[in-house]
Amino acid sequence: MNSIAFIVISVFTLAAALAAATLPNLMHAALCLVLALLGIASFFFLLGAEFVGLALIFIYIGAVAVLVVFTILLTARDLREHRGFRWSGGVIALAVFGGLSWAILKTQSLTIVPVHIRVLTVKRIGETLMTGYVWPLQCVGVLLTAALIGALVLVMEEKR
Amino acid sequence: MSSALDQVFVHLKGWLLSFIVGEPNWVVQIVSSLINIVALLAVFLTLFALISVLERKILARMQNRYGPNRVGPFGLFQPIADGIKMLIKEDIVPARADKVVHFLAPVILAAVAILTLGVIPYGRNMTPFRIDGGILFFFAVGSTTELAVFMAGWASNNKFSMLGAMRAIAQMFSYELPLIIAVLPVVMVVGSLMPDRIVAAQGEYTLGIVPRWFVFTPWGAATFLLFFVSGLVESNRTPFDVPEGESEIVAGHMTEYSGFKYATFFMAEYLGMFSVSGLAVTLFLGGWNAPAGVLEIIPSYVWFFLKLSALLFVYIWLRATLPRTRVDQMMNVAWKFMLPMAFTCIIAAAVWHYAGRGLRGWLWSLFVIVVVYAALSILLDTRRKFARRVYRFAE
Repeated sequence: MNSIAFIVISVFTLAAALAAATLPNLMHAALCLVLALLGIASFFFLLGAEFVGLALIFIYIGAVAVLVVFTILLTARDLREHRGFRWSGGVIALAVFGGLSWAILKTQSLTIVPVHIRVLTVKRIGETLMTGYVWPLQCVGVLLTAALIGALVLVMEEKR
Repeated sequence: MSSALDQVFVHLKGWLLSFIVGEPNWVVQIVSSLINIVALLAVFLTLFALISVLERKILARMQNRYGPNRVGPFGLFQPIADGIKMLIKEDIVPARADKVVHFLAPVILAAVAILTLGVIPYGRNMTPFRIDGGILFFFAVGSTTELAVFMAGWASNNKFSMLGAMRAIAQMFSYELPLIIAVLPVVMVVGSLMPDRIVAAQGEYTLGIVPRWFVFTPWGAATFLLFFVSGLVESNRTPFDVPEGESEIVAGHMTEYSGFKYATFFMAEYLGMFSVSGLAVTLFLGGWNAPAGVLEIIPSYVWFFLKLSALLFVYIWLRATLPRTRVDQMMNVAWKFMLPMAFTCIIAAAVWHYAGRGLRGWLWSLFVIVVVYAALSILLDTRRKFARRVYRFAE
Protein backbone atom coordinates (compact mmCIF):
# COMPACT_ATOMS: atom_id res chain seq x y z
CA MET A 1 0.00 0.00 0.00
CA ASN A 2 2.58 2.52 1.16
CA SER A 3 5.08 1.80 -1.60
CA ILE A 4 2.43 2.27 -4.29
CA ALA A 5 1.42 5.56 -2.69
CA PHE A 6 5.09 6.54 -2.53
CA ILE A 7 5.60 5.88 -6.25
CA VAL A 8 2.41 7.72 -7.23
CA ILE A 9 3.27 10.75 -5.11
CA SER A 10 6.89 10.77 -6.35
CA VAL A 11 5.82 10.74 -10.00
CA PHE A 12 3.24 13.43 -9.32
CA THR A 13 5.70 15.65 -7.43
CA LEU A 14 8.49 15.27 -9.96
CA ALA A 15 6.16 15.92 -12.89
CA ALA A 16 4.79 19.03 -11.22
CA ALA A 17 8.30 20.24 -10.38
CA LEU A 18 9.44 19.65 -13.96
CA ALA A 19 6.43 21.55 -15.25
CA ALA A 20 7.18 24.37 -12.83
CA ALA A 21 10.71 24.61 -14.20
CA THR A 22 9.87 24.40 -17.90
CA LEU A 23 6.45 25.95 -18.56
CA PRO A 24 6.72 29.15 -20.63
CA ASN A 25 3.87 30.90 -18.81
CA LEU A 26 5.20 32.09 -15.47
CA MET A 27 1.81 31.94 -13.78
CA HIS A 28 1.31 28.33 -14.85
CA ALA A 29 4.78 27.54 -13.56
CA ALA A 30 3.92 29.07 -10.19
CA LEU A 31 0.70 27.05 -9.97
CA CYS A 32 2.63 23.88 -10.84
CA LEU A 33 5.05 24.75 -8.04
CA VAL A 34 2.03 24.72 -5.73
CA LEU A 35 1.21 21.21 -6.97
CA ALA A 36 4.78 20.08 -6.32
CA LEU A 37 4.60 21.49 -2.79
CA LEU A 38 1.33 19.64 -2.29
CA GLY A 39 3.13 16.45 -3.33
CA ILE A 40 5.86 17.06 -0.77
CA ALA A 41 3.23 17.69 1.90
CA SER A 42 1.60 14.36 1.06
CA PHE A 43 4.96 12.65 1.65
CA PHE A 44 4.81 13.96 5.20
CA PHE A 45 1.25 12.68 5.56
CA LEU A 46 2.42 9.29 4.31
CA LEU A 47 5.11 9.28 6.99
CA GLY A 48 2.57 10.09 9.70
CA ALA A 49 3.96 13.58 10.27
CA GLU A 50 0.69 15.36 9.73
CA PHE A 51 1.74 18.45 11.64
CA VAL A 52 4.74 19.05 9.38
CA GLY A 53 2.64 18.39 6.28
CA LEU A 54 -0.07 20.79 7.38
CA ALA A 55 2.48 23.42 8.33
CA LEU A 56 4.04 23.03 4.88
CA ILE A 57 0.69 23.55 3.17
CA PHE A 58 -0.10 26.45 5.46
CA ILE A 59 3.18 28.28 4.99
CA TYR A 60 4.25 27.39 1.48
CA ILE A 61 0.91 27.18 -0.33
CA GLY A 62 -1.07 29.60 1.81
CA ALA A 63 1.56 32.29 2.08
CA VAL A 64 4.69 31.81 -0.03
CA ALA A 65 2.90 30.67 -3.19
CA VAL A 66 0.49 33.59 -3.00
CA LEU A 67 3.46 35.89 -2.55
CA VAL A 68 5.21 34.36 -5.58
CA VAL A 69 2.10 34.69 -7.71
CA PHE A 70 1.62 38.26 -6.56
CA THR A 71 5.23 39.14 -7.33
CA ILE A 72 4.93 37.68 -10.82
CA LEU A 73 1.84 39.75 -11.38
CA LEU A 74 3.40 43.01 -10.18
CA THR A 75 6.54 42.51 -12.26
CA ALA A 76 4.71 41.17 -15.31
CA ARG A 77 7.22 40.29 -18.01
CA ASP A 78 6.70 37.79 -20.73
CA LEU A 79 9.81 35.67 -20.66
CA ARG A 80 9.06 33.96 -23.93
CA GLU A 81 11.54 36.08 -25.91
CA HIS A 82 14.82 35.32 -24.19
CA ARG A 83 14.63 31.73 -23.18
CA GLY A 84 18.08 30.53 -24.16
CA PHE A 85 20.02 28.04 -22.08
CA ARG A 86 22.11 29.79 -19.47
CA TRP A 87 25.31 28.07 -18.40
CA SER A 88 25.43 30.00 -15.14
CA GLY A 89 22.03 28.63 -14.19
CA GLY A 90 23.17 25.10 -14.94
CA VAL A 91 26.28 25.53 -12.82
CA ILE A 92 24.26 26.87 -9.90
CA ALA A 93 21.78 24.00 -10.19
CA LEU A 94 24.61 21.48 -10.21
CA ALA A 95 26.26 23.16 -7.23
CA VAL A 96 23.01 23.10 -5.24
CA PHE A 97 22.40 19.48 -6.18
CA GLY A 98 25.96 18.53 -5.23
CA GLY A 99 25.79 20.40 -1.95
CA LEU A 100 22.49 18.83 -1.00
CA SER A 101 23.66 15.32 -1.93
CA TRP A 102 26.84 15.82 0.07
CA ALA A 103 24.84 17.02 3.10
CA ILE A 104 22.38 14.13 2.83
CA LEU A 105 25.09 11.49 2.44
CA LYS A 106 27.02 12.95 5.35
CA THR A 107 24.01 12.86 7.68
CA GLN A 108 24.29 10.09 10.22
CA SER A 109 20.60 9.34 10.57
CA LEU A 110 20.40 8.09 6.98
CA THR A 111 22.01 4.83 8.02
CA ILE A 112 19.47 4.22 10.76
CA VAL A 113 16.35 2.72 9.22
CA PRO A 114 13.30 3.30 11.43
CA VAL A 115 11.67 0.07 12.48
CA HIS A 116 8.16 1.46 12.63
CA ILE A 117 6.66 4.86 12.03
CA ARG A 118 5.42 6.48 15.22
CA VAL A 119 2.67 8.98 14.67
CA LEU A 120 4.10 12.40 15.37
CA THR A 121 1.44 14.05 17.49
CA VAL A 122 1.17 17.77 17.98
CA LYS A 123 1.63 17.23 21.72
CA ARG A 124 5.01 15.55 21.21
CA ILE A 125 6.17 18.32 18.91
CA GLY A 126 5.07 20.89 21.46
CA GLU A 127 6.88 19.12 24.28
CA THR A 128 10.08 18.85 22.25
CA LEU A 129 9.91 22.49 21.25
CA MET A 130 9.32 23.70 24.79
CA THR A 131 12.04 21.59 26.39
CA GLY A 132 15.01 20.78 24.17
CA TYR A 133 14.60 23.50 21.57
CA VAL A 134 13.28 26.30 23.70
CA TRP A 135 16.11 28.75 22.87
CA PRO A 136 15.94 28.42 19.08
CA LEU A 137 12.14 28.65 19.38
CA GLN A 138 12.34 31.84 21.42
CA CYS A 139 14.87 33.38 19.03
CA VAL A 140 12.68 32.61 16.00
CA GLY A 141 9.67 33.93 17.86
CA VAL A 142 11.41 37.21 18.72
CA LEU A 143 12.66 37.55 15.14
CA LEU A 144 9.23 36.98 13.61
CA THR A 145 7.50 39.30 16.09
CA ALA A 146 10.09 41.97 15.32
CA ALA A 147 9.42 41.53 11.60
CA LEU A 148 5.69 41.81 12.18
CA ILE A 149 5.99 44.94 14.34
CA GLY A 150 8.44 46.38 11.79
CA ALA A 151 5.86 45.89 9.07
CA LEU A 152 3.26 47.58 11.26
CA VAL A 153 5.56 50.53 11.90
CA LEU A 154 6.14 50.88 8.16
CA VAL A 155 2.38 51.02 7.66
CA MET A 156 1.81 53.44 10.53
CA GLU A 157 4.31 56.06 9.38
CA GLU A 158 2.39 56.99 6.30
CA LYS A 159 3.81 60.11 4.71
CA ARG A 160 1.25 62.74 3.99
CA MET B 1 -34.04 7.61 25.27
CA SER B 2 -32.24 10.93 25.01
CA SER B 3 -28.88 9.29 24.47
CA ALA B 4 -30.37 7.01 21.79
CA LEU B 5 -31.72 10.06 20.00
CA ASP B 6 -28.39 11.80 20.50
CA GLN B 7 -26.46 8.98 18.89
CA VAL B 8 -28.99 8.10 16.20
CA PHE B 9 -26.72 9.10 13.31
CA VAL B 10 -23.72 7.37 14.82
CA HIS B 11 -25.77 4.18 15.20
CA LEU B 12 -27.06 4.55 11.66
CA LYS B 13 -23.51 4.68 10.38
CA GLY B 14 -22.58 1.66 12.50
CA TRP B 15 -25.56 -0.22 11.07
CA LEU B 16 -24.53 0.67 7.51
CA LEU B 17 -20.98 -0.48 8.23
CA SER B 18 -22.23 -3.79 9.66
CA PHE B 19 -23.03 -4.93 6.10
CA ILE B 20 -19.35 -5.04 5.18
CA VAL B 21 -18.02 -6.47 8.42
CA GLY B 22 -16.04 -9.28 6.80
CA GLU B 23 -14.21 -7.10 4.29
CA PRO B 24 -10.54 -6.10 4.69
CA ASN B 25 -9.73 -3.09 6.81
CA TRP B 26 -9.07 -0.59 4.04
CA VAL B 27 -12.45 -1.27 2.39
CA VAL B 28 -14.20 -0.54 5.69
CA GLN B 29 -12.13 2.61 6.08
CA ILE B 30 -12.98 3.90 2.60
CA VAL B 31 -16.70 3.10 2.97
CA SER B 32 -16.76 4.79 6.38
CA SER B 33 -15.17 7.92 4.92
CA LEU B 34 -17.59 7.88 2.00
CA ILE B 35 -20.56 7.74 4.38
CA ASN B 36 -19.15 10.74 6.23
CA ILE B 37 -18.60 12.66 3.01
CA VAL B 38 -22.08 11.94 1.67
CA ALA B 39 -23.68 12.95 4.98
CA LEU B 40 -21.63 16.15 5.12
CA LEU B 41 -22.49 17.12 1.56
CA ALA B 42 -26.16 16.29 1.96
CA VAL B 43 -26.50 18.32 5.16
CA PHE B 44 -24.57 21.36 4.01
CA LEU B 45 -25.92 21.58 0.49
CA THR B 46 -29.44 21.44 1.95
CA LEU B 47 -28.46 24.08 4.47
CA PHE B 48 -27.02 26.18 1.62
CA ALA B 49 -30.29 25.98 -0.31
CA LEU B 50 -32.26 26.80 2.81
CA ILE B 51 -30.05 29.70 3.86
CA SER B 52 -30.00 31.22 0.37
CA VAL B 53 -33.78 31.53 0.39
CA LEU B 54 -33.97 32.46 4.09
CA GLU B 55 -31.41 35.18 3.58
CA ARG B 56 -33.52 36.72 0.85
CA LYS B 57 -36.61 36.42 3.03
CA ILE B 58 -34.95 38.00 6.06
CA LEU B 59 -33.38 40.78 3.99
CA ALA B 60 -36.78 41.45 2.47
CA ARG B 61 -38.40 41.56 5.91
CA MET B 62 -35.80 44.03 7.13
CA GLN B 63 -36.27 46.18 4.04
CA ASN B 64 -40.07 46.08 4.29
CA ARG B 65 -40.85 44.01 1.20
CA TYR B 66 -41.97 40.44 0.52
CA GLY B 67 -38.96 38.69 -0.96
CA PRO B 68 -39.31 35.51 -3.04
CA ASN B 69 -42.87 34.20 -2.71
CA ARG B 70 -43.78 32.70 -6.10
CA VAL B 71 -42.24 29.21 -6.07
CA GLY B 72 -43.83 26.82 -3.59
CA PRO B 73 -45.19 27.71 -0.14
CA PHE B 74 -43.63 31.03 1.05
CA GLY B 75 -41.20 30.80 -1.86
CA LEU B 76 -39.40 27.89 -0.20
CA PHE B 77 -38.73 26.09 -3.50
CA GLN B 78 -36.89 29.12 -4.87
CA PRO B 79 -33.43 27.48 -4.56
CA ILE B 80 -34.59 24.56 -6.74
CA ALA B 81 -35.75 26.97 -9.42
CA ASP B 82 -32.50 28.92 -9.09
CA GLY B 83 -30.46 25.73 -9.35
CA ILE B 84 -32.25 24.61 -12.52
CA LYS B 85 -31.85 28.07 -14.00
CA MET B 86 -28.12 28.10 -13.24
CA LEU B 87 -27.65 24.61 -14.68
CA ILE B 88 -29.24 25.32 -18.03
CA LYS B 89 -27.59 28.72 -18.48
CA GLU B 90 -24.90 29.05 -21.12
CA ASP B 91 -21.38 28.83 -19.75
CA ILE B 92 -19.44 31.70 -21.28
CA VAL B 93 -15.65 31.65 -21.16
CA PRO B 94 -13.87 34.73 -22.52
CA ALA B 95 -11.84 34.09 -25.68
CA ARG B 96 -8.62 35.43 -24.14
CA ALA B 97 -9.13 33.65 -20.81
CA ASP B 98 -6.85 30.93 -19.56
CA LYS B 99 -9.31 28.05 -20.00
CA VAL B 100 -7.86 25.52 -17.57
CA VAL B 101 -7.20 27.90 -14.70
CA HIS B 102 -10.53 29.61 -15.33
CA PHE B 103 -12.24 26.25 -14.89
CA LEU B 104 -10.16 25.15 -11.90
CA ALA B 105 -10.68 28.24 -9.75
CA PRO B 106 -14.34 27.66 -8.71
CA VAL B 107 -13.69 23.93 -8.33
CA ILE B 108 -10.79 24.48 -5.92
CA LEU B 109 -12.72 27.12 -4.02
CA ALA B 110 -15.70 24.81 -3.45
CA ALA B 111 -13.46 21.83 -2.62
CA VAL B 112 -11.57 23.85 -0.02
CA ALA B 113 -14.78 25.06 1.59
CA ILE B 114 -16.09 21.50 1.85
CA LEU B 115 -12.77 20.19 3.22
CA THR B 116 -12.73 22.75 6.00
CA LEU B 117 -16.23 21.67 7.04
CA GLY B 118 -14.86 18.19 7.71
CA VAL B 119 -13.00 18.83 10.96
CA ILE B 120 -15.84 20.47 12.89
CA PRO B 121 -17.58 18.35 15.56
CA TYR B 122 -21.29 18.49 14.81
CA GLY B 123 -22.41 16.48 17.81
CA ARG B 124 -21.27 13.92 20.36
CA ASN B 125 -19.03 11.47 18.40
CA MET B 126 -19.99 13.25 15.20
CA THR B 127 -16.77 14.63 13.75
CA PRO B 128 -16.49 13.59 10.09
CA PHE B 129 -12.70 13.81 10.04
CA ARG B 130 -10.95 13.34 13.38
CA ILE B 131 -7.38 14.54 13.20
CA ASP B 132 -4.93 15.53 15.87
CA GLY B 133 -4.23 18.95 14.38
CA GLY B 134 -7.79 19.71 13.32
CA ILE B 135 -7.55 23.47 13.84
CA LEU B 136 -4.30 23.58 11.89
CA PHE B 137 -5.94 21.54 9.12
CA PHE B 138 -8.77 24.05 8.97
CA PHE B 139 -6.45 26.99 8.46
CA ALA B 140 -3.92 25.19 6.26
CA VAL B 141 -6.62 24.12 3.83
CA GLY B 142 -8.51 27.38 4.23
CA SER B 143 -5.46 29.42 3.27
CA THR B 144 -5.65 27.89 -0.21
CA THR B 145 -8.78 29.97 -0.80
CA GLU B 146 -6.64 32.99 -1.57
CA LEU B 147 -4.86 31.15 -4.34
CA ALA B 148 -8.18 30.03 -5.87
CA VAL B 149 -9.57 33.57 -5.80
CA PHE B 150 -6.39 34.82 -7.39
CA MET B 151 -6.60 32.13 -10.08
CA ALA B 152 -10.16 33.24 -10.86
CA GLY B 153 -9.13 36.87 -11.15
CA TRP B 154 -6.04 36.23 -13.21
CA ALA B 155 -7.46 33.63 -15.58
CA SER B 156 -10.44 35.76 -16.53
CA ASN B 157 -8.12 38.22 -18.27
CA ASN B 158 -10.28 41.13 -17.22
CA LYS B 159 -9.23 44.26 -15.40
CA PHE B 160 -12.20 44.17 -13.04
CA SER B 161 -11.50 40.55 -12.19
CA MET B 162 -7.86 41.32 -11.52
CA LEU B 163 -8.72 44.29 -9.31
CA GLY B 164 -11.18 42.13 -7.39
CA ALA B 165 -8.60 39.40 -6.91
CA MET B 166 -5.99 41.89 -5.72
CA ARG B 167 -8.44 43.33 -3.23
CA ALA B 168 -9.45 39.86 -2.11
CA ILE B 169 -5.89 38.77 -1.45
CA ALA B 170 -4.99 41.98 0.35
CA GLN B 171 -8.01 41.73 2.62
CA MET B 172 -7.76 37.99 3.23
CA PHE B 173 -4.07 38.21 4.07
CA SER B 174 -4.62 41.09 6.46
CA TYR B 175 -7.49 39.43 8.27
CA GLU B 176 -6.06 35.93 8.32
CA LEU B 177 -3.59 37.13 10.93
CA PRO B 178 -6.13 38.28 13.56
CA LEU B 179 -8.29 35.26 12.68
CA ILE B 180 -5.54 32.79 13.46
CA ILE B 181 -4.14 34.67 16.44
CA ALA B 182 -7.68 34.82 17.87
CA VAL B 183 -7.70 31.02 17.90
CA LEU B 184 -4.46 30.81 19.88
CA PRO B 185 -5.88 31.74 23.33
CA VAL B 186 -8.39 28.90 23.10
CA VAL B 187 -5.74 26.45 21.92
CA MET B 188 -3.48 27.62 24.75
CA VAL B 189 -6.11 27.24 27.43
CA VAL B 190 -7.32 23.83 26.22
CA GLY B 191 -3.85 22.59 25.35
CA SER B 192 -4.93 20.84 22.19
CA LEU B 193 -5.42 21.53 18.48
CA MET B 194 -8.18 18.96 18.30
CA PRO B 195 -11.71 20.43 17.92
CA ASP B 196 -13.26 17.57 19.92
CA ARG B 197 -11.05 18.32 22.93
CA ILE B 198 -11.87 22.01 22.69
CA VAL B 199 -15.58 21.20 22.81
CA ALA B 200 -15.05 18.78 25.67
CA ALA B 201 -13.21 21.46 27.66
CA GLN B 202 -16.32 23.66 27.55
CA GLY B 203 -18.64 20.92 28.70
CA GLU B 204 -19.14 21.73 32.38
CA TYR B 205 -21.07 24.34 34.32
CA THR B 206 -19.83 26.89 36.82
CA LEU B 207 -22.00 26.75 39.98
CA GLY B 208 -24.20 24.34 38.03
CA ILE B 209 -25.83 27.08 35.94
CA VAL B 210 -23.43 29.06 33.78
CA PRO B 211 -21.89 26.91 31.04
CA ARG B 212 -18.12 27.07 30.77
CA TRP B 213 -18.12 28.34 27.22
CA PHE B 214 -15.11 30.49 26.47
CA VAL B 215 -17.30 33.33 25.29
CA PHE B 216 -18.26 33.96 28.94
CA THR B 217 -14.71 34.89 29.94
CA PRO B 218 -13.43 38.41 29.10
CA TRP B 219 -10.64 37.14 26.86
CA GLY B 220 -13.04 34.70 25.23
CA ALA B 221 -15.61 37.38 24.50
CA ALA B 222 -12.97 39.71 23.04
CA THR B 223 -11.45 36.93 20.92
CA PHE B 224 -14.88 35.82 19.79
CA LEU B 225 -15.60 39.31 18.47
CA LEU B 226 -12.22 39.48 16.72
CA PHE B 227 -12.74 36.00 15.27
CA PHE B 228 -16.26 36.77 14.13
CA VAL B 229 -15.28 39.99 12.36
CA SER B 230 -12.25 38.36 10.74
CA GLY B 231 -14.44 35.46 9.68
CA LEU B 232 -16.87 37.93 8.16
CA VAL B 233 -14.00 39.36 6.12
CA GLU B 234 -12.66 35.95 5.13
CA SER B 235 -16.03 34.92 3.75
CA ASN B 236 -16.37 38.22 1.82
CA ARG B 237 -19.71 39.08 3.34
CA THR B 238 -21.39 42.43 3.04
CA PRO B 239 -19.80 44.97 5.29
CA PHE B 240 -16.53 43.66 3.86
CA ASP B 241 -17.49 42.56 0.35
CA VAL B 242 -14.84 44.84 -1.09
CA PRO B 243 -13.51 42.17 -3.53
CA GLU B 244 -16.90 41.92 -5.18
CA GLY B 245 -17.94 45.53 -4.74
CA GLU B 246 -20.65 45.44 -7.40
CA SER B 247 -21.01 49.22 -7.42
CA GLU B 248 -17.30 49.66 -8.13
CA ILE B 249 -15.83 46.70 -9.97
CA VAL B 250 -18.83 44.80 -11.42
CA ALA B 251 -18.39 41.55 -9.48
CA GLY B 252 -14.65 41.44 -8.79
CA HIS B 253 -13.06 38.08 -9.44
CA MET B 254 -16.41 36.61 -10.50
CA THR B 255 -17.03 39.11 -13.30
CA GLU B 256 -16.29 36.67 -16.12
CA TYR B 257 -18.12 33.71 -14.63
CA SER B 258 -21.58 32.70 -15.64
CA GLY B 259 -24.01 29.84 -15.25
CA PHE B 260 -23.01 27.01 -13.00
CA LYS B 261 -19.48 28.25 -12.40
CA TYR B 262 -20.95 31.40 -10.87
CA ALA B 263 -23.27 29.23 -8.80
CA THR B 264 -20.22 27.29 -7.61
CA PHE B 265 -18.61 30.52 -6.45
CA PHE B 266 -21.80 31.46 -4.68
CA MET B 267 -21.96 28.05 -3.02
CA ALA B 268 -18.31 28.18 -1.99
CA GLU B 269 -18.89 31.56 -0.37
CA TYR B 270 -21.79 30.18 1.67
CA LEU B 271 -19.96 26.99 2.59
CA GLY B 272 -17.01 29.10 3.70
CA MET B 273 -19.38 31.12 5.85
CA PHE B 274 -20.74 27.89 7.39
CA SER B 275 -17.29 26.57 8.17
CA VAL B 276 -16.03 29.78 9.78
CA SER B 277 -19.22 30.08 11.85
CA GLY B 278 -19.00 26.40 12.72
CA LEU B 279 -15.46 26.90 13.96
CA ALA B 280 -16.57 29.95 15.96
CA VAL B 281 -19.28 27.83 17.58
CA THR B 282 -16.74 25.10 18.32
CA LEU B 283 -14.12 27.41 19.75
CA PHE B 284 -16.16 29.90 21.74
CA LEU B 285 -19.81 28.91 22.00
CA GLY B 286 -19.30 25.46 23.48
CA GLY B 287 -19.72 23.45 20.28
CA TRP B 288 -22.52 20.94 20.65
CA ASN B 289 -22.86 21.41 24.41
CA ALA B 290 -26.25 22.39 25.75
CA PRO B 291 -26.48 25.77 27.51
CA ALA B 292 -27.91 24.16 30.68
CA GLY B 293 -27.82 20.74 32.26
CA VAL B 294 -31.57 20.29 32.00
CA LEU B 295 -31.53 20.94 28.28
CA GLU B 296 -29.19 18.03 27.58
CA ILE B 297 -32.28 15.99 26.68
CA ILE B 298 -32.23 17.75 23.34
CA PRO B 299 -29.67 16.03 21.07
CA SER B 300 -26.22 17.59 20.75
CA TYR B 301 -26.36 18.15 16.98
CA VAL B 302 -29.55 20.19 17.42
CA TRP B 303 -27.65 22.52 19.72
CA PHE B 304 -24.80 22.83 17.27
CA PHE B 305 -27.08 23.74 14.40
CA LEU B 306 -29.10 26.12 16.58
CA LYS B 307 -25.94 28.02 17.46
CA LEU B 308 -24.81 27.91 13.84
CA SER B 309 -28.14 29.34 12.68
CA ALA B 310 -27.92 32.09 15.28
CA LEU B 311 -24.52 33.13 13.92
CA LEU B 312 -25.77 32.91 10.33
CA PHE B 313 -28.69 35.13 11.28
CA VAL B 314 -26.23 37.71 12.59
CA TYR B 315 -24.38 37.52 9.25
CA ILE B 316 -27.61 38.23 7.38
CA TRP B 317 -28.61 40.92 9.83
CA LEU B 318 -25.28 42.70 9.37
CA ARG B 319 -25.69 42.46 5.61
CA ALA B 320 -29.07 44.16 5.83
CA THR B 321 -27.77 46.85 8.18
CA LEU B 322 -24.29 47.96 7.23
CA PRO B 323 -22.92 49.67 4.12
CA ARG B 324 -19.70 48.51 2.52
CA THR B 325 -16.46 49.65 4.15
CA ARG B 326 -13.71 51.39 2.24
CA VAL B 327 -10.59 49.35 1.44
CA ASP B 328 -8.14 51.55 3.35
CA GLN B 329 -10.40 51.72 6.41
CA MET B 330 -10.56 47.94 6.49
CA MET B 331 -6.80 47.58 6.28
CA ASN B 332 -6.31 50.17 9.01
CA VAL B 333 -8.62 48.32 11.35
CA ALA B 334 -6.93 45.00 10.64
CA TRP B 335 -3.35 46.08 11.23
CA LYS B 336 -3.69 48.86 13.76
CA PHE B 337 -6.51 47.62 15.94
CA MET B 338 -7.38 43.95 15.48
CA LEU B 339 -3.85 42.61 15.47
CA PRO B 340 -2.75 44.33 18.73
CA MET B 341 -6.04 43.32 20.34
CA ALA B 342 -5.52 39.72 19.26
CA PHE B 343 -2.09 39.72 20.89
CA THR B 344 -3.62 41.26 24.01
CA CYS B 345 -6.14 38.43 24.15
CA ILE B 346 -3.30 35.91 24.27
CA ILE B 347 -1.86 37.74 27.29
CA ALA B 348 -5.31 38.07 28.88
CA ALA B 349 -5.87 34.33 28.48
CA ALA B 350 -2.52 33.63 30.12
CA VAL B 351 -3.43 35.98 32.99
CA TRP B 352 -6.77 34.22 33.37
CA HIS B 353 -5.04 30.86 33.50
CA TYR B 354 -2.40 31.85 36.05
CA ALA B 355 -4.84 33.74 38.27
CA GLY B 356 -6.66 30.49 38.87
CA ARG B 357 -9.36 30.42 36.18
CA GLY B 358 -11.86 31.73 38.71
CA LEU B 359 -13.39 35.10 39.52
CA ARG B 360 -9.96 36.62 40.19
CA GLY B 361 -8.70 35.55 36.77
CA TRP B 362 -11.90 36.80 35.21
CA LEU B 363 -11.41 40.30 36.67
CA TRP B 364 -7.68 40.44 35.92
CA SER B 365 -8.09 39.46 32.30
CA LEU B 366 -10.92 41.98 31.93
CA PHE B 367 -8.57 44.59 33.38
CA VAL B 368 -5.81 43.74 30.86
CA ILE B 369 -8.19 43.95 27.91
CA VAL B 370 -9.78 47.22 29.02
CA VAL B 371 -6.39 48.87 29.62
CA VAL B 372 -5.06 47.88 26.20
CA TYR B 373 -8.30 48.84 24.51
CA ALA B 374 -8.22 52.29 26.12
CA ALA B 375 -4.53 52.76 25.30
CA LEU B 376 -5.11 51.74 21.69
CA SER B 377 -8.02 54.10 21.22
CA ILE B 378 -5.99 56.99 22.63
CA LEU B 379 -3.00 56.02 20.46
CA LEU B 380 -5.00 55.68 17.27
CA ASP B 381 -6.94 58.86 18.05
CA THR B 382 -10.19 57.93 16.39
CA ARG B 383 -11.47 61.51 16.36
CA ARG B 384 -8.82 62.63 13.91
CA LYS B 385 -9.96 60.01 11.43
CA PHE B 386 -13.24 61.79 10.88
CA ALA B 387 -11.58 64.98 9.65
CA ARG B 388 -11.92 66.11 6.05
CA ARG B 389 -11.04 63.29 3.71
CA VAL B 390 -7.66 63.69 2.04
CA TYR B 391 -7.26 62.39 -1.49
CA ARG B 392 -3.80 61.33 -2.45
CA PHE B 393 -4.26 60.14 -6.00
CA ALA B 394 -7.35 62.01 -7.10
CA GLU B 395 -8.28 65.60 -6.49
